Amino acid sequence: MALSGIQIFKLTPKKNCKECGCPTCMAFSMKVAQGAKQLSDCPYMSEDALAQLAEATAPPMKTIKVGAGDSEHSLGGETVLYRHEKTFVNKTLYATNLCSCMDDAEIDARLERLPQVDYERIGERMYTEFLNVNYKEGTDAAKYVEIAKKAAAVRPVILSVKDEAVAKAALDAVKDTKPVLNGADASNYEAFCKLAADAGVVLGVSGKDLDELYDTTAALEKLGNKNLILDVTMDTAKATFEAAVQVRRAALKDGDRTFGYPSIVNVNRLTDDKTMQEALVATFTMKYGSIVIVDEMDYAMALPLYGLRQNLFTDPQKPMKVAPGIYPMNGADENSVCLTTVDFALTYFLVSGELERSGVPCNLVISDAGGLSVLTAWAAGKLSATSVATFFQENVESKIKNRTLIIPGKVAVLKGDIEAKLPGWKVIVAPLEAVQLVKFLKDLKANGEI
Amino acid sequence: MPFNRKAHKFSASIGTVEIGTGDKAIKLGGENVMPFYTFDGSMGDGPKVGVEITDLGLDAEPQGVKDYYAGCTSFADIAKKAEAMPGGDFVVLRLAGGDPNGANKSTEELVAIAKEVSDAISCPLVVEGSKNVEKDAELLPKVAQALEGKNVLLMSAKEENYKAIGAAAALAYNQKVGAESAVDINLAKQLNVVMTQLGVSAQSIVMNTGSAAAGYGFDYTISTFDRVRAAALGQDDKMLQMPIITPVASETWSVKESTAEESDAPEFWGPVEERGIAMEVETAVACLVSASDAVILKHPKSVATISEFIKSLM
Repeated sequence: MALSGIQIFKLTPKKNCKECGCPTCMAFSMKVAQGAKQLSDCPYMSEDALAQLAEATAPPMKTIKVGAGDSEHSLGGETVLYRHEKTFVNKTLYATNLCSCMDDAEIDARLERLPQVDYERIGERMYTEFLNVNYKEGTDAAKYVEIAKKAAAVRPVILSVKDEAVAKAALDAVKDTKPVLNGADASNYEAFCKLAADAGVVLGVSGKDLDELYDTTAALEKLGNKNLILDVTMDTAKATFEAAVQVRRAALKDGDRTFGYPSIVNVNRLTDDKTMQEALVATFTMKYGSIVIVDEMDYAMALPLYGLRQNLFTDPQKPMKVAPGIYPMNGADENSVCLTTVDFALTYFLVSGELERSGVPCNLVISDAGGLSVLTAWAAGKLSATSVATFFQENVESKIKNRTLIIPGKVAVLKGDIEAKLPGWKVIVAPLEAVQLVKFLKDLKANGEI
Repeated sequence: MPFNRKAHKFSASIGTVEIGTGDKAIKLGGENVMPFYTFDGSMGDGPKVGVEITDLGLDAEPQGVKDYYAGCTSFADIAKKAEAMPGGDFVVLRLAGGDPNGANKSTEELVAIAKEVSDAISCPLVVEGSKNVEKDAELLPKVAQALEGKNVLLMSAKEENYKAIGAAAALAYNQKVGAESAVDINLAKQLNVVMTQLGVSAQSIVMNTGSAAAGYGFDYTISTFDRVRAAALGQDDKMLQMPIITPVASETWSVKESTAEESDAPEFWGPVEERGIAMEVETAVACLVSASDAVILKHPKSVATISEFIKSLM
């Protein structure tokens, strides 16, 4: 359980040396208790004190790293169950499924389609991070190894295999890419523990129910393996949902370290229906899957999913921002009218959505307003006649020939000032709400004003 | 040593609001656990699925919706077909055409449509207004009057017009009323407080705490859901224990992921209809696992999938 600042303070040297960056040992202790500082930031902690504190201050859920080099991903490390309590740390990642039961053409087609879903959304790269390589009992082991090799060449892989010999052969081929060996269960955990440890890879553990999963995980920890992921996939969606929630909640709320690991959910084993997979992948993004395996990620599934994930995993204390710049809409060019608003992502989405619906070619100009909404930015002085005028003179006037600017209705008061600071520009005030933009723009167009 | 399951029980529960009449009436709410945490306690009757139709007809609807209603020539036909949609529990008539900035249909015309729809079906009915606060203040009381005795849910009363809508819907004509606030727990609570002060009983209020398409500011939607439920169940906050209904279709079918034709969309996006369904389904699921006791959808595939999804987790 977490220690209070006072409990930590008792173990500090109480020298107030300031070398940790805090004015006093008391201040340092408080920060450690809140997680803002690490114990190791203090150079004078005694070994005894460190050992005493290590267990108590260890995070309730381990951070596990998978993949090598640029493809390394962190999983887990969460401290809260709900995003408003603090922030979620490591986002849910996704895997497309490959199986030794598929023919070569299907494997190749999937690998060819894999890089198609790869795009940027508000500064974040969206793509399928993993490939799951499933071994079906009784299929050719050599073929499985070949698929694993092909897969590992493009993405970190999850080797879902319960056969020890096949697992070993696949690991020998791809262990340098740091895959997950997802195959330990109550019947084979000793052998798989050794396989994973020898290859230096993360071991995935599963069980037929929560009790078996718990016992097997505890047994693996006893063997000294704490580099684990829990595959919480059960026979049904309902049992899997319970497992995903119980595992996370036990670790974070009830201080049960045995379940303090990231999780894998294989929705591909729960349903064959694509739309139901979409429902379940969203479910386990919201409810505690660290990696979710689907049959195959395509754009239809990805577009809402990655948007949802981005919303879920943003820091609630930091608004999402879009990059300042000129965003042409509906085929706008340098002769199209300009509209401006703030860089708050929600504002941008609402406004750009309405602009697109209007069908009127226009340039949406976003200037840096600290990620605040229009009125807040104006009140904070981040959206002013000067900020708008400066941005237009530095970034817009050289690129856009049109000299009509539409400003948000909520800052109508800036109109005169902007006109004074931006000579040559005609300033029009937009309606108060984004939803009114469609009619507003169409009317302006019909009247020949833009 | 087996896993020590610690049940996280709450002493409070979400209120129950009944809509509709007779055999097909449904109860929203009633759970005393976080969504689908059946291992902790009861989910009541489970979340419900509404099928949305509008007064604007079918012209602007996605192809799959048009196909489903093919051959319908009147609002009564459309309503009957909506009632028959597999997986749907209730019908939602959205009077979008009342918006003065849009089609600006008259109150009389819209009330007549509401009456026609209500008479055609036997399942519960939800009537959504035009989103324009002045128009809804005039329109929804008239709808409440015309549908007296049907126990419909009228959406929505907002901060600006709750007096007109709350008084007419719940007090004068004994209907249920939706309380809509803008993704903020304090605004949601405040509206419930003033509505109950007006005399509307808590058992007549269903909340709409805000909605968005996944990726479009949905972070606020999630956190409002989470916080409202934490207060309702964890702190026994009576003014936040109303069940939650979330319009999903009206949000998700207007974003570019659901509307860009394949020919205009970026490479590999694929058929527009599949994208629209995925957006509707994934958003609905995110609402349901956070708090929603009912979601409003429109595509037959989404309705069937979400209904099946709810069953599979209950």
